[in-house]
Amino acid sequence: MYSYLEFEKPIADLEGQILELKKLAESGEGAVDVAEEIARLEKRSHEALVEAYRKLTPWQKAMVARHPDRPHCIDYVDALFTEFTPLAGDRNFAEDHAVMAGFARYHGQPVAVIGQEKGNDTKSRLKHNFGMARPEGYRKAVRIMELADRFGLPVITLVDTAGAYPGIGAEERGQAEAIARSTEKCLNLRVPLVSVIIGEGGSGGAIAIATANTVLMLEHAIYSVISPEAGASILWRDAARAKDVATAMKITAQDLLELKIIDAIISEPLGGAHRDVSAVMAETDRHLTKAMAALDGRDGDTLRRQRREKFLAIGRNL
Amino acid sequence: MNWITNYVRPRLNSMLGRRETPENLWIKCPETGEMVFHADVEENQWVIPVSGHHMKIAARQRLTHFYDGGAFQEIANPEVAQDPLRFRDQKKYSDRLRENRLKTGLEDSIINATGKLEGMEIVTTVHDFTFMGGSLGMAAGEAIIRGFETAIEKKCPMVLFAASGGARMQEGILSLMQLPRTTVAVEMLKEAGLPYIVVLTNPTTGGVSASYAMLGDIHIAEPGAVIGFAGARVIEQTIREKLPEGFQRSEYLLDHGMVDMVVPRTELRATIARLLRILTKQDVPATETVGQAAVMDETGSVDTVPVADPEDAAVTTGAVETEILEPAEATPQKPSPSF
Repeated sequence: MYSYLEFEKPIADLEGQILELKKLAESGEGAVDVAEEIARLEKRSHEALVEAYRKLTPWQKAMVARHPDRPHCIDYVDALFTEFTPLAGDRNFAEDHAVMAGFARYHGQPVAVIGQEKGNDTKSRLKHNFGMARPEGYRKAVRIMELADRFGLPVITLVDTAGAYPGIGAEERGQAEAIARSTEKCLNLRVPLVSVIIGEGGSGGAIAIATANTVLMLEHAIYSVISPEAGASILWRDAARAKDVATAMKITAQDLLELKIIDAIISEPLGGAHRDVSAVMAETDRHLTKAMAALDGRDGDTLRRQRREKFLAIGRNL
Repeated sequence: MNWITNYVRPRLNSMLGRRETPENLWIKCPETGEMVFHADVEENQWVIPVSGHHMKIAARQRLTHFYDGGAFQEIANPEVAQDPLRFRDQKKYSDRLRENRLKTGLEDSIINATGKLEGMEIVTTVHDFTFMGGSLGMAAGEAIIRGFETAIEKKCPMVLFAASGGARMQEGILSLMQLPRTTVAVEMLKEAGLPYIVVLTNPTTGGVSASYAMLGDIHIAEPGAVIGFAGARVIEQTIREKLPEGFQRSEYLLDHGMVDMVVPRTELRATIARLLRILTKQDVPATETVGQAAVMDETGSVDTVPVADPEDAAVTTGAVETEILEPAEATPQKPSPSF
């Protein structure tokens, strides 16, 4: 059973019925009729799913991007990398579990991996602070990027955050400065840097690790200057206008590809990444391999210059 | 009364070609409630004379006070696409832009200028808060990049006055992209070996503080300015706690090690000039330099002047200002090594 989103209600009803019938079949009563009925309902629910996902609105995509069952950073690290060795701490203040970072191998090649992890149950969500990093998280990211730069390891970042954490301590310890330094470090790397927006790309908290040579984005992920809800409460003084703001702000992968802010879209299985995790991993792997191969063999200065030129070019030909 | 203030007075003024007298001759100090004469505040760079409360100041007024003799040249801002997302909230963004341009006489929230600060050429980039809260969109981003490029071309220091609520939401993701874009410009300046001083003024928050405004070589904050990443209301709603006294104010940031100093607006010129002279290894201020130049002429070239230790000389010229005011002929405290 999945958690269903509001717009998935018809699908939830049908899949609920299917599940009940299957239980009935298992108990052995009227098996013949049930099998036919199940097939009929499965066809209908598939059609409903196709219909719902054929043209998701930006707001619905935001819901899918935040789906509680959606694969998170930790799932990507498990599926795509071997020998992942997490490293902890910013050497100044604390370890921030919102940011996972360490070394690993990608198809045998040594790399550094940095990503935001939201957690998937109450306990782990609290541990990872719902994927909202504090300054220590960004300073840890800087530390790992520095190491990667020194040892010539490509960096892969997995972006999934509602934004940097807004808290007293985070402000006191320089949240803004930590984000700025992390973006600065991304821009100065002389090794390949590839980012994948896997769920939510929340504002400065995302750009801090997404200022990359190549930026990939999942089909139903969102990437935005402010959350649609916060945007609505500022622009409309009404959080209920989030749907409109989501549309107006251009937060979907499709919009961002058109604006040339991302380089490619990683397609998701029907009904979102959580409905077929192995399929989304395979597709991410395919894109990531391609992106890494395209950057392979370029010298440090070229990589850095291209990354900078890429960002300077954004918006200049609109 | 309304008829007089709203209709008659403007008509009279326009007929006489006279600058409109400020609507409020008196300003109430937001801190103390004291009533202060408008002209006194304006003359004092919008700092309330007694309380020292710093009010907002328009970008051009700031530049007038900053540069020698109030003389500066504005640098034309690059053209950018207008309203690429065709954004509309309660109002069309394009209408908002038009209104703000009319209201402020500015193209967008950034002005770049060049001019002299105590004789040194300096490029400045200034946010004008009155233009959509000084917000950072494509126009501002491109203008900031142009400012840094100008400093690099002229091989001169860069001073940036930040006053901004952050990224401009009406430009969506394109405004977020100004964070890395402006950071590229900061990096280019740093690689050119030129100093970058940021003056954080009220307020500096959001995407602006999370990029170029927090990447200065030196961070100077004006007293009482709100400086931070997240807004106080957002933080309060998230943590459901009352925020500490003075939270996110300049003095609080100083205590927490996020800025180098808190300097009143009226002392910014002198402070920045002093710092930049040191960073660019310049001689002591102009008045002294004149005296020394005379000494140099009398004693010949710098090389022939007996200088014990160039490092000592540098210390002396930098630190002891008043002593050298008198042209001491016999023992010229020599200019620091040329740079």
